[in-house]
Amino acid sequence: MTQLALVIDLNVCVGCQACVTSCKEWNTSGDAGPLVDMNPYGADPTGTFFNRVQTFEVGEFPNTETVHFPKSCLHCEEPPCVPVCPTGASYKRKEDGIVLVDYDKCIGCKYCSWACPYGVREVDAQRRVMTKCTLCVDRIYDQNLPEWDRKPACVRACPTNARLYGDIHDPNSVVSQAIRENGGYQLMPEWGTKPANHYLPRRKTRITVREDELERADNPLKIDSQLPKPDRDEPSLDDVTSW
Amino acid sequence: MHPAFSVLFLTTLIGAGQGLFLALFSVEAYGELGLVPAPGSDFFAIGSLLSLVLLGLGLFASFFHLGRPERAWRTATKWRTSWLSREVIVLPAFMGVVFLYGLAHWLQFNPPLGVLPGDNFVLLTVLLGILGTLLAFALFVSTAMIYAAVKFLQEWHSPLTVVNYTLLGAASGFTLATALAAWADTGLVPFLAGWAIILTLLGLASRIASLVRNARIQPKSTLQTAIGVKHPAIQQKSQGFMGGSFNTREFFHHRSPGFLRAMKWIFLISAFAIPTLLLALAMAMTVDPTNVLIAAFVIQYLGLLAERWFFFAQANHPQNLYYQSVS
Repeated sequence: MTQLALVIDLNVCVGCQACVTSCKEWNTSGDAGPLVDMNPYGADPTGTFFNRVQTFEVGEFPNTETVHFPKSCLHCEEPPCVPVCPTGASYKRKEDGIVLVDYDKCIGCKYCSWACPYGVREVDAQRRVMTKCTLCVDRIYDQNLPEWDRKPACVRACPTNARLYGDIHDPNSVVSQAIRENGGYQLMPEWGTKPANHYLPRRKTRITVREDELERADNPLKIDSQLPKPDRDEPSLDDVTSW
Repeated sequence: MHPAFSVLFLTTLIGAGQGLFLALFSVEAYGELGLVPAPGSDFFAIGSLLSLVLLGLGLFASFFHLGRPERAWRTATKWRTSWLSREVIVLPAFMGVVFLYGLAHWLQFNPPLGVLPGDNFVLLTVLLGILGTLLAFALFVSTAMIYAAVKFLQEWHSPLTVVNYTLLGAASGFTLATALAAWADTGLVPFLAGWAIILTLLGLASRIASLVRNARIQPKSTLQTAIGVKHPAIQQKSQGFMGGSFNTREFFHHRSPGFLRAMKWIFLISAFAIPTLLLALAMAMTVDPTNVLIAAFVIQYLGLLAERWFFFAQANHPQNLYYQSVS
């Protein structure tokens, strides 16, 4: 069975908010109507977003690290928001595991948002129904888009490739490999919701360079360095000159 | 959680309506057994009407909670999994039975439907009363389980929630029934007031039990599990936006801790202490206690509104971990 999901690499995310604006742009232009923006230039602006990037400081000064933390619906494999819905508007697709809201059935009772520990569902004040990340379901299957473009808008927007997208049930997919090899984890595992989206932890990337790696160990007579310097007029390609 | 007035009124009004019906049928059942003086059928008819009015007002209030009330009929579809859906089915069913119960009493249409051994007749109103009692309890359970079933809200996720909803609804309904009995001059005041006091004190005991339980709750989720960083010192520096959002409005009461503490004492005094004293006073009074009992019900009802407000405000949703600092 397919379970489409995002894998978000906290080691790479720089908190630029590109995924937030890209998500908003795509989803406010969709068939379901605009995502509300109330008083966008007023004193108390408010609006619906499916994706947020938050910032946390870990540790105590001066030994701190900044973690930028993108947060959207995790498309849980055991979604607690689905069974509580009284109308069946909140559902999980069998074919690809995406958790969706049927905007024509939703009565806006907000019960599903209470039953989500991650706070990723938002009532749209104008549409008066519950809205949430659709994993760009209106994009990833769009035959009019070139195949490389059939990815969620946030994934396409990320300039640092911090967002990976694929089927976590396929062991060879890029997301499964990333989870397996880079210590991918789930949020709030204590609730048993089995989020499909995973996060990759911050990792130290260090290269240990020893001195003998800087100098050619198999060049004890330093013959390389004795080659003549080429003239300034001469071409300086590697193949032609020694440096 | 943010206490929405629609839900406060819904749960308290239908609770009183259910309690009132339970009180009416208790009177009828005890009357059939000859334990209390049987009041006239008008008493039951007016009581059922009052119960229907409370239930109807609660139902009306609930619509204000919905973004799309015109689609409310769809809520009856997912009763297999959703307690909210079950409540939506049980509430109209209960209202229907209360209506028939009141109608049968008003028309004095009460044919015996059968005979039990010992020449005891099976009366229509008794059958309707039993059915209504079952539905009233089903409604208490459905309403309370809407909250108790959400495991993320640890303050609610407890059998005490169901016990509280049942006892508090029943207590306010019995208090109202006592006032009604005094007004109708039925001689049932000591019987009903006694039960109202018992239910109020039982409700006080279970509410205090849940207060004690909630004061000792250890939140399951922490900032560490919320973002998956295993470090004891994590601070949020930005929640990703500076304006408001659904997440910052819906899941917090936006009041000070002092306000919350005040609310707790207000409901402890107003929903339990004062009504108990007034009910006891009414039992001892030699003159007409109607006004005292009406005051007891009004004060208890206002206290239960405060109790429900506190019930919502006290519940701390784990999503709040993600919304602790604007920037």
